[in-house]
Order: sequence, then C-alpha cells, then structure tokens
Amino acid sequence: MFNLDRRRFLGLAAAGAVSTGSLLAGCAPGGAPGAGAPKPGGRLRAAFSGGGAAEVLDPHETSLYIEIARSKALFDKLADYGNDMSPQPRLAERWEPSADLRTWRITLRQATFHDGRPVRAADVLASYARITEPGGSRRAKSSLSVIDLPASRAIDDRTVEFQLKRPYAEFPNALATLGAYIIPEGTEDFSQPVGSGPFKFVSFEPGKSFLAARNPDYFDGPPLLDELQIVVTNDEAARVNALLGGQIDYANDLTLTSARTYESGGQIRVLRLPRSNFHGLAMKVDRPPFDRIELRQAMFHLTNREELVRSVLQGSGQIGNDIYGRGYRYYADHLPQRSQDLDKARSLVRRAGAEGMTIDFDTSDASTGLKEAALAISDQARQVGLNLNVRLGNKDTYWSDIADGSVLASYRSGAMPLDSHVSQRLLTSSTTNNTAWQRPEFDELYNAAQSTTDENRRAELYTRMQEQQFNEGGFVWWGASDWIVGAATKVGGIDEEAPANTLEWARFDKVWLA
Amino acid sequence: MIGYLVRRLLLGAVQVLLVVVGVFLLTEALPGDAAVTIAGDKPDPAVIAGLRAELGLDRPMWQRFAEWLGSALQGDLGTSLVGPRPVAEMIGTAAGPTLLLAGLALALLVPLSTGLGVLAARHEGSRLDRLVTSTTLGLYAAPEFAMAILLVAVFAVQLGWFPPTAIGGSLSSNPALLALPILVLLLRPICSLSRLVRAGMIDAQRSPFVQHARRLGLSPTRIRFAHALPNAAAPAVQQLARTADWLIGGVIVVEAIFVIPGLGTSLLEAVSARDLPVVQGLALVFATTTVLVNLGADLAARALSPTSEVGR
Repeated sequence: MFNLDRRRFLGLAAAGAVSTGSLLAGCAPGGAPGAGAPKPGGRLRAAFSGGGAAEVLDPHETSLYIEIARSKALFDKLADYGNDMSPQPRLAERWEPSADLRTWRITLRQATFHDGRPVRAADVLASYARITEPGGSRRAKSSLSVIDLPASRAIDDRTVEFQLKRPYAEFPNALATLGAYIIPEGTEDFSQPVGSGPFKFVSFEPGKSFLAARNPDYFDGPPLLDELQIVVTNDEAARVNALLGGQIDYANDLTLTSARTYESGGQIRVLRLPRSNFHGLAMKVDRPPFDRIELRQAMFHLTNREELVRSVLQGSGQIGNDIYGRGYRYYADHLPQRSQDLDKARSLVRRAGAEGMTIDFDTSDASTGLKEAALAISDQARQVGLNLNVRLGNKDTYWSDIADGSVLASYRSGAMPLDSHVSQRLLTSSTTNNTAWQRPEFDELYNAAQSTTDENRRAELYTRMQEQQFNEGGFVWWGASDWIVGAATKVGGIDEEAPANTLEWARFDKVWLA
Repeated sequence: MIGYLVRRLLLGAVQVLLVVVGVFLLTEALPGDAAVTIAGDKPDPAVIAGLRAELGLDRPMWQRFAEWLGSALQGDLGTSLVGPRPVAEMIGTAAGPTLLLAGLALALLVPLSTGLGVLAARHEGSRLDRLVTSTTLGLYAAPEFAMAILLVAVFAVQLGWFPPTAIGGSLSSNPALLALPILVLLLRPICSLSRLVRAGMIDAQRSPFVQHARRLGLSPTRIRFAHALPNAAAPAVQQLARTADWLIGGVIVVEAIFVIPGLGTSLLEAVSARDLPVVQGLALVFATTTVLVNLGADLAARALSPTSEVGR
C-alpha cells in the first residue's frame, strides 16, 4: 500500500515539477546546439534509477539499467547486441561453428584486465561456470546453459572451444546476453572489481555513486573521457532538475512529458532511442475465452494501433504489426500492416460466440503505459461488443501474477533478438510463456532454424513462425516506444539509434564533453 | 522519578515490539515476496522457488519472525535479502544523511520558532502579529512536497542559487546542498510551533503570576524570558516531540525529492523489494527513536513546568 502511495505521490511530484519548470523556463526557439568535434578529457556525470543500498558491482548479478551501465564500463562480454539486435563481436574476435552447430570455436581478442593480466580462455570458462552454477539464479544462466561446460575447453590462451547440448546456430546471441560478462578467473569479491572494460574502478557507494577512470589500454581504443561518474537518482523529476541545474550531464529514462517540455527549449538535448520497448497484450491461448481463435483475431482487428501510439506513447514510437521486433534481424517485414477493422472484429466476436462477454483484463503500474493501454483498448473493444474489465494489479508482483493467473494482460518487452523472444516465451519449454503458446510444430520450426547453417533457410523458418503468430498467436504487439534520454548540450557522441540495453546504449567510452 | 522512568522505558519496549510485529505482519500482507521481486519481469517459477528456498522464505511466517526477533535481541539485524550486505551496516550508512538533516532542522527549529512566537506575542494584535500569524497559517497548509517542487523550480532551476538535488555531493562538505531540503523540512514545523509559542506567551502574560511579577517591578524582558516563556514552552515542547516524529516522515519526502540516500530512501526501496530484514530493522530504528524522543520531551516538559500534568 505504502508503495503504491509512494508511486502515485512521486508521479504527481514529477508532473508538478515539470509543468512549473516549463512555465518558468519559458520557450526559447530552436534545438540544442551540437557538441562539435570529439574532444578528450573531463568527467561525465550520468544519472540512473538505482537498486538502493543493496546494490553490488558483481556483473553477473546485473539486471537494472544502472547495473548494466556500470558493468559495461568495467567489463566486457564476448559479444553484444547491435542496433538491429544482431550479435557484434567484442572480446571475441571471431566465432566459427562446426558443421553440426554443436561445437563453437571462439578466438579472443588480445585484451587485458585492468591489473595487466591478459584475458584468457580460462577466464571465459570460469566466468560462464560461475554464471551457470547449480542452485544459482544469475540472469544469464538460462541463455548460457546451452553450453556443455565440462566438455568445453581452452585450446590455448586465446581460443575457447564450446560444446553445446544441442545445435544452436545463433549461439553468439547467448554470448551477448545480459549479464554474460567475463571476469578474471577466481574472482569472488567485487568490492574492488577488476575487468577488461573501457573504465577502471575508482570508488563505489551503493545506492549513491560510482566513479571510474579511463582505461588507456582498452582494446577498442581508450575512452575520450577521463572519468565516468554514475549517480543514483530514482525520481525522474530530480533527474530532470539535476540536468537543468547542470549537476549531471546525462539522464537515463525520462518521461514523455519531460521530453515534450524540454525538447524545444535548447537547455538540454532530448534523445529518443527507437525500438527500445515493445508494447502489447498477452492472451492465454490454452483456456477460455481466448482458446477460440476467432476471439484472438477479433482482438487483432479491434485494436487501433495509431490511436494507442498517439495517446499511450504520446507519439514517441511506431505502430506494431502484432508480431515482436520490428526493425530487428529476421523480422517478417513482408506481412501486410494490420489496421483497425471494426466490422471484421464484430463478426469475429459473433463467430466466437462472445457478444457481450465480460473478460478480465489485467494491468498495473509495473511499467509505463501498461495501464493507459489497457484502458484505451477496453474502450476500443466496447465498440465491438466486448466488455474488457480492467483490473489494476500490484506493480511489484505483476509479471509473476500474470504468468498463470490471467487470461488477458497488458504486456511489455525490452529489446531482445527474435531468438530470445521465441525461446523465452513461445516454446513448450519456455519459462515465461505468457500466452501459453505450446505447439510442437512451432517448436520444430525453431529447432530447425537453430540447426541450419544456411542463413536464408533460417530467415524463412523465422518468417513461418512469425506468420503463425501473426494469424493466430496470443500476442498483440501494437507498438514500439522510444527510450528517452536527456543530455547536456555539451555531450557529444551519443548513438541516437541504439535501443536501450544494446552495445551502443549508455556507451560512455565513445562519448565526449565539448 | 526513577520509577516513572523505568515504567516509561518498559512501556516503550512494549510499544516498539508492537510496531515491529505490526510492520512484519503488514509487509507479509503485501502481495509477493523478495523472490518474486528479484525475478521481476522474468518470473520463471523454478527460479522463484529456488530463490525462496535460498532466502528461507519457504518457512512458516511465525518461525521467521521468531528467528529475526531472537537475533535482533542479541543485536544482530540479519542480512538483506536482495544483496549481500548486513542490515545494520546498511542502516548505519543511511542514517548519516538523515541524522544530519533532522538534527540540523531541529537545531534551527527551536530558536526560530521561539523567536517568531515571542515576537508575535509581544506585539499581539499589531500588523506584525497579523502578518506572522497569517503567513504561518498559510505555509502550514501547504504540503511539503508541493513546497519542495516550487522551491526547486524557482530557486534552483530558474535562479540557480542552490543546487536542485544533492546528487554527487557530500552533504556535510557542501552546505549549499542542504539549503533547500532544510527549508522544506522547517517550514511547516516552524509554523505550528511558533503559533503554539505565541498562544502560550499570550496566555502566560495574562496569567496571575506574570501580573504579580509585573507588580513586583521586574523588567519586561526578564518576565518574558524567565517567567512567561518556560510556562508557554511546555505545550510547545510536546509539539516539538511530535515534530521530531514528523521529521522522520518528512525526511522520507525530502530525501526522495532531493535525492538524498538516507533512511527514508532505504525504507522505500526495502518495501518495494519486500526486503523484510531491512524493513524490520528500519521499523525498529524508527519506533525506538519515536519512543525515546517522546520520553525526552515529557521529561523536558516536566522540568519546565513541574506543576503541569504532562507525562504522568
């Protein structure tokens, strides 16, 4: 209860601060000036929401945005996701699979840890062993458990040979997965972390501030900045105020309202990173009422995507076509764009025998826009004779509550490759299968896609999976929203096309202060 | 006196125990637990069950509480559920900024509100008195979060006189960071306290003993400060104790708005994460502080005005 109060309260505070700020700030025309040519030196201060006094610097425990930002400053993964979610080599110089896609040979770059030791094959194996420890629940565990570690080995210091438990053509996705960082073998204490990343650890106060200094020996070229400071600021209004007041240079995760308020003022830069969050609905296909395919299709046709992007995302995003990952590798671009068709939806509702039916529709404040989307869609559904009863659940436990407890829920997903979307959500064995989509023939398509070395064949199999989802799936991905970042006008080098959580996002080794 | 103190301390211990039990039950009553919040948007049932076993959350509620109480009585507040740090250490770190804020606010509150109250009472009915009473009433009605937002917008973002938040600085080494938070914390208590002091002073100045003192020819200043004020202060001291309790709550708001990582921020985070040992530890600290502050205030009121019935 207290928690909900706090949320509402801070939400109110945020709105208030923003509107007063805008009134006082006035409205200078024109955008922010550019930051000019790259320039070395200086300390960049970046603000993120944090995890409180319980925060640690163990990169294998990474799950919040701030933890990712700190981890990527200090550590590296073998690979990371590019702007289209395809894996890009990082500490791995290259990867070569065997013909059966079960043996992968990874050649490491010549990189060193901050204490001067080289990054070796043994460090990679030890890091993965730590992540997948039995009984543990580290974030990257499920992605990396495809590796048969006892059978994998270090061929020499710069070559690892991984044995997989099954053929996995997109194995580099696992190397890029969140939290799969490489640490020096035997590290257990992260109070003075040593990594191979672009910045070296200087100091850390949990829940408060983190300071790191330029690593002149970074394999990808030394950073331009001398120092990087990451501070914790949970309240969005405070992040905006601190940015306006010159206390910080970069603020992660601004609200749409703040973006609109300050975009044209010229005081700060507002960056909208596209394809960062996907918004949708999850219908459980294995139980009434959405076991009726007609009713699922009715949902496809009653949804007004443009309206949702305009109102829920305040225009800061693109409409979706009901399948996940527009703009990502293997996305089925050829499918015709669906738009609202109330007559068709009405007749489908009738054919499903669902006229006037009341269906519970779960939502919560767990993520921005979930609630607003649920309310807007329930209005749209009313026009075709469906009564969606919006239920506001607890935000702290929402994802777990809707896992089995709901037939229809407001849903959201961060950026991930199609491979991860399918394997985590759409296979019989998936652990977060929120639409209860369990089809052996669909599983077969995925397994076939991961068992072929032929990229075109894989793309074709992905297309077939997506066609099934498009025609009869349980997800309605109605839109994708931008991730909004604020920066001081003197900050240059921010990649404005990188979805949140990819390689180029919060990549402070490429940023400079003019 | 000793008997009274012992009675009050025993009663206080019972009160603290009741608070801790209540907080435990309320936190338990919240939906979900630490395992669910750690799993977040990837609620794999196997992982959640594993976490529960690892954190000991699969044991009965009464058993966990009994264990917590047993260790707490021996001075061990346990370890956070979501991180590796001991609760006592987390509270110790977070207590610094909160104590600094609350202590400084209290230290400024007493002279400022007494001064304002005495001043208004001395000129009872004058234009100055009316100005003070109406301003304090108006400010008292403004909730502190609204005040904070307004002050930040005007004095930090627009005029740039003070930093808008306490990000990246140390409170003790950079006093400018404290200006707005302290102002927000002080505004309402100053208003309520100065009004109490004013009312008490006016009453006292009309009372027979002050009139008697006047007839004896004592100087007005001496009468005001040595005779009237101590009597007028008794209700204000009670209010001051309530203010000290209130400061703990106000600090939560101020910490959130100005990004100060103190006890209030820790409490919010711990409740969100369902981090029971931390919530319990903080409840213990807050309850004990409240009991002790009230006891202290009652003792002070007795000393100031021995004839009153305060605190019996």
